[in-house]
Formats: sequence, structure tokens, C-alpha cells
Amino acid sequence: MQKQAIFQSKLLPYALVAPQLAIVLIFFYWPALQAVIQSFLLQDAFGLSSTFVWFENYIELFKDAAYFEAIVRTFFFSFAIAVSSLSFALLLAVMADKPLRGSMLYRTLLIWPYAVAPPVVGVLWIFMLHPSLGVLSRYLRNMGIDWNPLLNGDQAAALIILAAAWKQISYNFLFFLAGLQAIPKSVFEAAAIDGARPMRRFWTVTFPLLSPTIFFLLVVNIVYAFFDTFGIIDTMTRGGPGTSTVTLVYKVYSDGLLGGNLGSSAAQSVILMVMVIVLTGIQFRFVERKVTY
Amino acid sequence: MANVTLRNVRKTYTGGFEAIKGVNVDVADGQFCVLVGPSGCGKSTLLRMVAGLETVTGGEIDIGGRVVNQVEPADRDIAMVFQNYALYPHMSVFNNMAYGLRNRGMKEAEVKTRVDEAARVLELTPMLERKPRQLSGGQRQRVAMGRAIVRQPKVFLFDEPLSNLDAKLRIAMRVEIRKLQRRLNTTSIYVTHDQLEAMTLADILVVMNGGQVEQVGNPLAIYEKPATTFVASFIGAPPMNLMSTRIDEIKSQLGAGEAGILGIRPEDFVITEQTPAGGVALPLTVEAIERVGAETFVYGSRAQDEQRVAATPGELPPGEVIVRIPGSEAPPIGQKIRVAAVRNKLHLFSGDGRTRIEA
Repeated sequence: MQKQAIFQSKLLPYALVAPQLAIVLIFFYWPALQAVIQSFLLQDAFGLSSTFVWFENYIELFKDAAYFEAIVRTFFFSFAIAVSSLSFALLLAVMADKPLRGSMLYRTLLIWPYAVAPPVVGVLWIFMLHPSLGVLSRYLRNMGIDWNPLLNGDQAAALIILAAAWKQISYNFLFFLAGLQAIPKSVFEAAAIDGARPMRRFWTVTFPLLSPTIFFLLVVNIVYAFFDTFGIIDTMTRGGPGTSTVTLVYKVYSDGLLGGNLGSSAAQSVILMVMVIVLTGIQFRFVERKVTY
Repeated sequence: MANVTLRNVRKTYTGGFEAIKGVNVDVADGQFCVLVGPSGCGKSTLLRMVAGLETVTGGEIDIGGRVVNQVEPADRDIAMVFQNYALYPHMSVFNNMAYGLRNRGMKEAEVKTRVDEAARVLELTPMLERKPRQLSGGQRQRVAMGRAIVRQPKVFLFDEPLSNLDAKLRIAMRVEIRKLQRRLNTTSIYVTHDQLEAMTLADILVVMNGGQVEQVGNPLAIYEKPATTFVASFIGAPPMNLMSTRIDEIKSQLGAGEAGILGIRPEDFVITEQTPAGGVALPLTVEAIERVGAETFVYGSRAQDEQRVAATPGELPPGEVIVRIPGSEAPPIGQKIRVAAVRNKLHLFSGDGRTRIEA
């Protein structure tokens, strides 16, 4: 049977989707178009006039070593955030999947961090790891670690990765738990009877059967690490020390709003837009397909 | 090669629910034991306890002379066939069967020999490279069987392995399982709710109800002499007709007026005007007819004024009696008939249905 509504008037269906279309056009396509136009313009130092410069903003960008550093840094951050939050979430999910008393309670508690806004996450971690205020910093220093993320770029990067990964654990946990519960218990039981010890069972049965979930989450986490870590970076390090925690998204903000180079900022956001499109494409291409194992 | 002995096995869940209330069963080496009972009777739980998938809260499970209560499933030397087959969906048929062997560190050449042999026996050779999702229900079932036999375990455990197959395939696989078990001569415990499967497969039949064993024995012996009304109504299809009666009417040596339950199998009735000596006769009105070809089931009701005995609540609708007659000739609906059963075809039980009274 075909699911098709029948409209008397030809105009009515268009009228019905018009509000939604208007929202999408005004709030998504219009700014995106603005960014594309802006990326072809070069503004003078006082913002009084702008000249059409074709691809000069892009060419400048790709000549800029700092931009390449930001690209490499962003990929490294994404990879580190995705891997650490995925593996930790998987560990928690495997443990929470066991039928233990109070499982509903701790499953619920594990999901809570997802409700915390990224800037708040940043502030929370600062309270713990700020070199002079942080409660954990003292212990780190007592252990002989020269902990100062305000001066040490690697430590700042580690801090960002830690906070961003922590924030994403709940989300991943939820999907992993659902994924685990979708696997029939009898498959694990069969593996237990087949003589596979817990670790081997995990790597030969659980992990392969979760691979569709893992792939889906990998894409989601990379997108998250690319775009949604802005709040965390802004509250924790503001891109510093130096440029050691400037990611592509943060660079759009700092070059455009702080540096006043709107043309370059727009060109960067167009590049980011292309990346989102590619990532979403990958997600639809592979994840929407049923059964990947 | 091993015998399996359950000694006063109990299972109490945290919260106090008693799923298994002290079960004693002895399965000799090479025997095919079938646990049968309605859903929720604890038969699957009991099997899973033998497998080591459920903890034992009381009693002992003994496999081949070793108490295995605390032994991991992998170390009990058993193989299990699950109701949903529990095949590894990401592995090929070959790897599904080889998994248990490789886990035990068997050499790859030996693994191949064993899997190929099992595949040949089960006619799975052309599909060794396929994934489970590319197989039909019957083929998946055979892979599950293959996974069990390659291990050459001491005991096979089957948890309703045929219930996901269609009727025709179920009968074919039932015969296959029996032949395979006879040839391998491996002790087997098989759980089913299907009394026909139970009757045809079992060397030793265990009828369970409410976490307890109602009766253990040879299937035909159980059919001929059910120990309780539960067994009487569960084994045999259509079920035995059960009617409350006064035992002194049937068996004069018992105390006069004692209440009991009279059971008569549908096939033990004959339509006749005579009353056999020591037997019983019932006047019936034909309510419905079921013709299945070789035999016909007549559903009759006993008219109120002629009703000497009332049906036991919960066993049969009040006054309904099922009569099985050979062939497809049957009296028309609404006709009054008279059925009778001879003395040695009567089953007598105590009033609570828990004890069989020998005539």
C-alpha cells in the first residue's frame, strides 16, 4: 500500500511545509550563503569597505602554516577524544550490562553528564585542574608532575581532550548499552559453553557484534570533537597557551571575531562546512546500511 | 560418555521465588532424557543449571561422577543447542563450528577434519563459507547441531531446539536428532513443551510441573500409567478426559463415598449401547466433530439430568468429553450417543489428583 496523502489543492502541501522551509532557509541556508559570499571578500582594516578577491582568502589560508597546524591539531584532538571516550564508555557499558542490583540507578547516573553544557564542563574541569585553584593540581604536583596547563601546551591539550572526552562518555555509553542489549544473551552463553574466557569472548563475540554501533559512534564523536568542543576550549584555555589548543572551529572564532579577519574566517567556515557534509555523507553511506558485520 | 545425576536440585531466586523445588533425575550413559512440561514449569531453568548458566542453590548436579555445581560451563564438557540457535552472526558456518575447538587450543588441521566431518553428516558442506543470516531456519538449526557435535562432549543439552521450525521440518529434524544421538551414543537432555516430541524422542521422560517432577520413566509406561492427573492430561493429545467421581462406584474395596477422579483417554471410548463389566458408560450429546482423516474427534456433553459425575475444574470444561474414533464416520451433531470404556482402560486418581490409585 502506498502511503500518500491526497490534497485537493495543489498549493496546500506547499503552504504546509512553508514554515519549516522558511526556518531552514533563514537560519541555515542564508547564513551559509553569507559565509560563502564573505569568503570571497577582503575587508579593509577599519571594516569600511570590502573588495571582491575571488579565492585569495583560501589561497592565503593554505599558505598559512598556522592553519595547517590547526588542521593537524583538530584531527589529533578528534582522534584522541573519540578513542578515549569510546573505549571508556564501552568498558562502562560492558560492566553496566551485567545483571546486578541497582543497575537501573547507576545506568541513570552514568547518563547524567550528557545533560551538562560544554562550557560548564570546562568550568568543572578547571576547578579540578587549574594550576593554582584546582583540587587535583596539588596532588599532581605532589607526585612530582610539573602541572601547569596555563603554560604547558601539551598539558593544556590533554586537559581539553580529557574534558571533551568525559562529556561524550554518557552519550556513547547509552548507545553501547543499547547495542549490547540488542545482542541475544544466548550468543554469549553459547560462547561461554564453547570455552571462550571473558576477555576472548569480548574480542571475538561482543566487539564484532558491536561494530556497527562503534562505527556510528566514531563518526558522531569525530563530528562532536570537531565542532562541539568550542565551549570547552573557550572556557578552559581560550586556545592557549599560544595557539596550542586552537582547533579549526576555534580559529574561525578567533580569526574572525577577535582578529577581525572576516574574509579568512568565512573561508575557514566554508571549509568546515564541506567537512561536515563529507562526514555526514559517510555516516549515511555506511551507518544507515543494515548489518555491517 | 557420562551419566547425569540430579540430586535434590533446587533453585531459589533472590526474592524467594522457588523455580525448582527439589528434583531427582538419573540419566544413564547414552540415554536420551526429555524434560517436558508447560511453560514456566522450570524445565529450561533446570537444563540451564546443568549447563552451568544458572547457579544451583541446593542439591547436586553430577556429570560423569563429578559434582559440577561450581564448575564453569566451559569445563563441564557439555554442548548446548539453543532455542534461537545462538549462532555467532558475524562468523561463517565453518567458524561457528570451529570456535569451540579453537578456544580449546586444538590444532587447525584437526579442527578442519572435525568440522568437515560434522558438515558432511549434517549436509552442510556446501554452506561452510556462508554467514548464518544467509541460511534457512532448518540449516541454522543444523549448524547449531554441528557446533555441538564437533566438540564430542560428554553430554548434549537441547533447549527446545525445534520450536522455531515449521511443522514439517520439525518432524524431520526430530527424527534426525534421534538418529544422530543413537549413532553418537552421547547422553542427552532435551527440553520441550511438545508432548509428541517428548514421547517420540525419550528413553527416559521427565514430566515437570511447577518446579517439581511429576513423573519419571519410560514414555509409554507414563502414557499407560500416569501418576497424577497433571501427567494424565499433559501426556497424550487430545488430553485424557478427567471427571470427578465417587471411587466406590468404580472400586468397591475403597471406603464408601470417597471422592476421586476418573480418567479415560479419548481413544479408549467406544460408541456402544452396552456397558462392559466393571467398565463405565456415559450418555453424550454430540456437540462438535473434528475430522483429521485417519481419525475423528467427537466432542460430546453429558446431559445434566444424566450426569453422574462432574468434570474436574480446570481440566475439562464441565461436562465435556472427547472421544476418538477411527476413520471419518461420525454421528451427526446433536445426536445422543452412548460411549463406554472397559475396566482396564480406566485411570483412577485421588481427589486432589496427586496420587494414582491402582485398580
